[in-house]
Amino acid sequence: MDYALLFIQTLNGLQLGLLLFLVASGLTLVFGILDFVNLAHGSLYMLGAFICASLTFLLGNFLVAVVVALPLTGVIGYLVERFIARPLYARDHLDHVLGTFGLILVLDTLTHLIWGPAGIAIPLPVWLDGQVNLFEGVVVPIYRLLIIVTGLATAAGLFWLVNYTRLGMLIRAGASNRTMVAALGIDIQTLFALVFALGAMLAGLAGMLIAPISEASIGMGNNIIITAFVVIIVGGIGSMKGAFIAALVIGLIDTLGRSYIDDAFKLFMPSDAAETSAPAVSAMLIYIIMAVILAVRPQGLFPPKVR
Amino acid sequence: MFLTKRSSRITLVVMALLLVMPVVFYNTGNEFYLDLATRLVILGIAAVSLNLVLGYGGLVSFGHAAYIGIGSYAVGIPVYHEFYGGFESVASTNGLFQIGLAVGLSALFALITGAISLRTKGVYFIMITMAFAQMVYYLFLSLDEYGGDDGLVIEMRSQLPLVDLDNPIELFLLCYVSLAISMLIVRTIIHSRFGMVLQGAKGNNERLITLGYNTYLYRLTAYVISGAMCGFAGALMGNFSSFISPEMMGWSRSGELMFMVILGGAATTMGPVFGSIAFILVEEVLSSLTIYWHLPFGLMLIGVVLFARGGLMGILRGKGD
Repeated sequence: MDYALLFIQTLNGLQLGLLLFLVASGLTLVFGILDFVNLAHGSLYMLGAFICASLTFLLGNFLVAVVVALPLTGVIGYLVERFIARPLYARDHLDHVLGTFGLILVLDTLTHLIWGPAGIAIPLPVWLDGQVNLFEGVVVPIYRLLIIVTGLATAAGLFWLVNYTRLGMLIRAGASNRTMVAALGIDIQTLFALVFALGAMLAGLAGMLIAPISEASIGMGNNIIITAFVVIIVGGIGSMKGAFIAALVIGLIDTLGRSYIDDAFKLFMPSDAAETSAPAVSAMLIYIIMAVILAVRPQGLFPPKVR
Repeated sequence: MFLTKRSSRITLVVMALLLVMPVVFYNTGNEFYLDLATRLVILGIAAVSLNLVLGYGGLVSFGHAAYIGIGSYAVGIPVYHEFYGGFESVASTNGLFQIGLAVGLSALFALITGAISLRTKGVYFIMITMAFAQMVYYLFLSLDEYGGDDGLVIEMRSQLPLVDLDNPIELFLLCYVSLAISMLIVRTIIHSRFGMVLQGAKGNNERLITLGYNTYLYRLTAYVISGAMCGFAGALMGNFSSFISPEMMGWSRSGELMFMVILGGAATTMGPVFGSIAFILVEEVLSSLTIYWHLPFGLMLIGVVLFARGGLMGILRGKGD
């Protein structure tokens, strides 16, 4: 077995898992505290990537562009909360889904109007564009390491924010009993808007991080959002810990499944049968895992204690 | 009685217009409108089937496009093997076999995914049905033999007794009759004891369970019936477009079906049909005006959700009906 390849694929899986976590954490945060289903979360991921692309060309540096683009996606998240989400909080989930489905169409078309139909590649600074020789036979692009480090740091920051700050305390309190928090004199409306903007920034960050690898393109969010849904379903909707663990597991399984499932199949079936069935099975793998987990634990692996 | 209700009279008028106008247009040389009407009627069947679970059952399925896909591929794959060999056991151009396959596989898929999804509720149910549909989407995307991403041209329409599907009028009439029958089926179901339990569980599931009903089984049965009907619509769709691709079961398609039901009015007999008429007409008009038609369309969707509760049927019924 080629251990260098296995190592690289594991890193790739970790990278996908961390990006999934950034998207899923915003979804699960918004659902946990606001009880709001935001289908358009993937559009915020896409907008993050496009805004960052434009700013990279404007400011001449990718990292500076990310720093400037983050608050901008936060503002877009705030606007979405103010004008679309807020009137829908009192409605049922069906209305949330339909309203934000409409929002996807609007945001995707606006992106098309502003940036045109083609995807935009983001150039990396020279020092990020190279590769690094980790050890014998394992060469990894520096930028992929940066994604992993950024993802882990953001996850750590998020855990600190939710568990050890006043804002985090309010978020957790709001998730268990909104009415009580409001009755205690907390401006719940502002808290909701902040949470929404934070979720938008996290999704936007994920979009910005992936854009230099796979370019910013219309509809890029619509693919990752489904996987992010699978992540929060498996992890338990509303649970940050669940989202983190499920995101890493799903990211690793998906990546490793695509590279190794045909080899695994060849162990017990003829080679050509394995070649034909492997792509189909690896495409369905994460959904099969979701189905199995739900059959055993319908509320996901780590359902939040109070709801 | 039936005809004294304003909404029922409108129902009859609209259904009659839906039958007569396309045929008249076709005979005066406007073949385009017959195509439009056929597509509309097929999507109407899908919306009627979705309404059974979504409207009457309160089960928000975000994955009904998967059944359209399964139904279409159940027509396309046997024809493909009939023409290009391989997989002898399914190779066929027999329409009854293909429709049986479409309905059977859809029912089976609904049974398996429904058995898992219905153990959950609320948002979980929405997302899980969506994820299962996406699973089927990725499955067909990965099957290179059937065209994968590019889709598959269906070389020959289903061969059925009595009707020739290559004749656009006969295809339309078959779809129209199917729509009428599926509306009658759903109407019969919801007025039966079974339908009462299904609607009761929507209102208060715990109470129904306390009364001794196994609502899980009722819901699963409704889900399977709905999936089978939608799979049938898929078989018609495959015949209508003579082309299938995974794109027709993407999750935005499921969202569109849901929107048709809500736009027309959930939990009404005619609502899903009104919804699909309005949806297709607006889509047709807007997309002929601008390539950016999704923008006004999306805004309209948001507007309907925010301001027009009850859908078109709600508006038609007015007060005191």
